[in-house]
Amino acid sequence: MSQQTMRLRVNPIACSGHGSCAELLPEVITLDEWGYPLLAGDGAVPVGLAREARRVVTDCPALALALTADPASSAHAADSEGIQKKHRGPVEPGLAR
Amino acid sequence: MSVQAPDRPLPGRPDHRRAAPAGESGLPRLLPPTASMATAEPRQLTNFAEHVRRHGLPRFRGAALIAQAGAAGLTGRGGAAFPTARKLAAVAAGGRPAVMVGNAAEGEPASSKDAALLWFAPHLVLDGLQIAAEAVGARQVYLYLPAHRDQAGPDLAGHLTDALASRAAAGTDRAAVDLVEAPPRFLAGEETAVVAAINGRAARPGNHGRRVFERGVAGRPTLVQNVETLAHLAVIARHGAGWFRGVGTSDEPGSALCTVRDPDGDVRVVETAIGTPLDRLVWLGDDVQAVLAGGYHGGWLATDIARQLSLSNADLRPAGSMLGAGVLVALPAAYCGLAESAHVARFLALESAGQCGPCFNGLPAIATALAAVARPRPARAELANLRRWAGLVTGRGGCHHPDGTIRFVATALEVFAGELAEHDRGRCTATKRDRFLPVPAAAGPAAAATETGWR
Amino acid sequence: MGITSSTALWYASRATGVVALVLLTVVVLLGILVNRRGRLPGLPRFATTSLHRSMSLLAVAFIAVHVATAIADPYVTIGIAAAIIPFTSAYEPLWLGLGAISFDVIIALIVTSLARARIGRRTWRAVHWLAYACWPVALAHSLGSSTDLRSGWLLTLTICCTAAVGAAACWRIVSSMAARREAERPARALSIGPAADGPPADRRSGDRALTGAGAR
Repeated sequence: MSQQTMRLRVNPIACSGHGSCAELLPEVITLDEWGYPLLAGDGAVPVGLAREARRVVTDCPALALALTADPASSAHAADSEGIQKKHRGPVEPGLAR
Repeated sequence: MSVQAPDRPLPGRPDHRRAAPAGESGLPRLLPPTASMATAEPRQLTNFAEHVRRHGLPRFRGAALIAQAGAAGLTGRGGAAFPTARKLAAVAAGGRPAVMVGNAAEGEPASSKDAALLWFAPHLVLDGLQIAAEAVGARQVYLYLPAHRDQAGPDLAGHLTDALASRAAAGTDRAAVDLVEAPPRFLAGEETAVVAAINGRAARPGNHGRRVFERGVAGRPTLVQNVETLAHLAVIARHGAGWFRGVGTSDEPGSALCTVRDPDGDVRVVETAIGTPLDRLVWLGDDVQAVLAGGYHGGWLATDIARQLSLSNADLRPAGSMLGAGVLVALPAAYCGLAESAHVARFLALESAGQCGPCFNGLPAIATALAAVARPRPARAELANLRRWAGLVTGRGGCHHPDGTIRFVATALEVFAGELAEHDRGRCTATKRDRFLPVPAAAGPAAAATETGWR
Repeated sequence: MGITSSTALWYASRATGVVALVLLTVVVLLGILVNRRGRLPGLPRFATTSLHRSMSLLAVAFIAVHVATAIADPYVTIGIAAAIIPFTSAYEPLWLGLGAISFDVIIALIVTSLARARIGRRTWRAVHWLAYACWPVALAHSLGSSTDLRSGWLLTLTICCTAAVGAAACWRIVSSMAARREAERPARALSIGPAADGPPADRRSGDRALTGAGAR
C-alpha cells in the first residue's frame, strides 16, 4: 500500500458541495465556481499527504469521497456504494479537448 | 385496442418508397418487408402464429445463444454499443436468480426506432426477452415502455398486451412479462435509471459503482437491453452468427435501425447495414447545411464531411460524432444551426436529473450562453464562458448526460462557426423562424424528483 | 448537615446531567449546521464537522460520568443494566428508562459514525435520523428524573435549549424544502426565460411526425 499511488475519487451524486474537503487538502482539491470539488492530477495524492487524504474521506459530511490504492480499480474501497467511473467516451472535439 | 387507419400513418413509420438501400442482401431483418408495412394490420402484427410462420422458432438457447451472440459481435443498440455477449455472460455468472429488462424508454426525442420496432415486430422483441432471460437464468422479466400520452402516437402498451396474449395462448413462454411505464424524460432510459424506476423509485441515474449486472432490480443481477438488441438476439438465435455478420462491417457487424429526419421534415425509420454511406440514408443535397448523428448526445457534422462518411462508429467517432441510437437529422440551410442547438441545449439542461452540482449548475449556464450566442449580435464573453464551462462539466456528473451535452454543443460551435461569425456581425443567415429539431416541452428537474426524500 | 459521599455522588450526577444536556443541544445544533452546509463565523468549513464530532464525544464522556455516579450512589437503586436496558431500574423506571433509550441511541450514533465508511452512506444516514428523536427523549428524561430543571436559572437554561433546538429543527425542515428547489434553480431560470423563438414543440416524439404531415 505504501508503494502504490493513492487516488481520491468523488461520488458526484452524493456530493452536496459542502466544501470542507478543499479546505483540508487544497493541494489536491479545489472548488469550482459552483462549490463542487475539482481533483488535481486525476485525484492522485502526493506521497506525504496520505493522512490528510484519509481525513478528508472520513470528514466529508456526505461520504462522497473515497480513496483507492490502485488507479485502475473500480473504486469499491472505502464506500460500499461506489464511486463514478471516469467517463470513457469518444474524444470531445474542440471545446473540451 | 387502437386500430391505425391505413391513411393515418404511424409516427416515424418505415417509408416503403425510400427504404433502406435496395439490393442489400438479407435486409430488412427486424422490420417486416417494406411493402407490407403500409397495409399491416395491428392484429396481424400481434399474432404469434403469424410470427412463427414467418420467422420459425429460435434454435440457439442458453449458453449456445451467448456463444452465438459473441461470435456475431452483437453490440447494444441503445447507444452505448456495449458487447451484448459480455453483458449476458456477466449477468449469467451472478449465481443468483436474475432479472431481465427490455428497455424501450427511448428518451431521445429525435428517435422513434424502438417504437416502430415494437409496433411492427413485437414478437421479435418478446422472443429476445424470453431467450435472453433464459440464458441468464432470469425468471422475472420486465418491459419498460413509454406511456401512451399522445393520441396520434401508437398505443404500445396495448399492442404489446395483445401480442403477449397471443403468446400466452401458444404457451411457449417461460417467464411472464410485466409492462412498466417509463416516464417521458430524456434520462429515463439510462440503465441505472431504468432499474431505479422498476424498483419503485424516481427514474434518475444512480451510482455506477453498484453495477446493475451485480445488483439491480430487487438487488438481483439485472440484464438491461435495448429492445432492438433483443430483436437482433432473436434473429441470431434462429440464423446464427455467420448470417448476422453477412451485412455490416467486420468491426461493427449487422444491421441497425435508424430514425432519419429529412430536410423536408419527413421522419423515417430505416433498417440498414452498419457501414452504409450516410448519403444513401439521408438527403444530403446542397440545401442541407449540417447533419446531426447520434441524437442529442451525438455530434453535428458538416455536410461535405458527412457525404464522405458511413453509418458506423469507425467513421463517425473520429469526426466527433457517433452512431448512438441511430438518429440522423439533416438540417436545412434555411434554419439557424445555432438557434436549433440552443433550443436543444436548453431542453438538455432542463432534463438534468438535478443530482450532481456540475450538471445542474453547468448545463443551464451553458444553455443560456448558447442562447445568447444564437442571437444575431456579438457575444464574445458568452463564447469564452462556454469554453470554460464545457471543460468544467465534462466527466464530473454521475452519468453521461453532461458529457453528451458538451459533445453536442461543442460540435455545434465547430460546425456552425460560419453562422457564429455572421452573428458576430449582427446578421443571421436563417430565413425560417420556427424550429426544426423536435424538442418536447420539458418540465424541469422538479418532475424527475417524484420522490420526496429529505436532502 | 455534612456532605456525605452519597450526596456528593448525587450532586455529581445531576451536574453532569445538566452539562450533558447542554452539550447534546450544542451537538444537535452543530449537526443541523453541518447538514445545511453552514459555517461558524471566523472558522473554516471543516471546523463545523470537527466540532460536531468532538462535542458529541465530550457529551458521551459527561453522560458516562452522569450514569456512573448515579449507579454508584447508594441512596438510589440503579443497576448497571438499567443504564442501557430501558425501564428496568428500580428507581423511577419510566424517567430513567427514557434516559437509557437516549443513551442507547447516542451509542448507536457514535458507533455508526465511527464505522461510517464500512456501513455505507445510506445505513449511516438512516441511523443518524434517530438523533432528532434522541434529544427530546433526553430532555424528557432530564425533566422527569429530578426537579432541578423545573425552577430557577436551570429552567431558563432548559427553555433556551429547547427553543434553540426547536428553531434549528424548523430551519432545517424549511431549508431542506428550499434546497430541493435549489438544484432546480438554475434550470428554473431557463424555464421562465424566453424559450427561443418559434412555437413550442409540445409533444414527445416531435411535432411534425405526429401530425403525419411528412408521411405520404
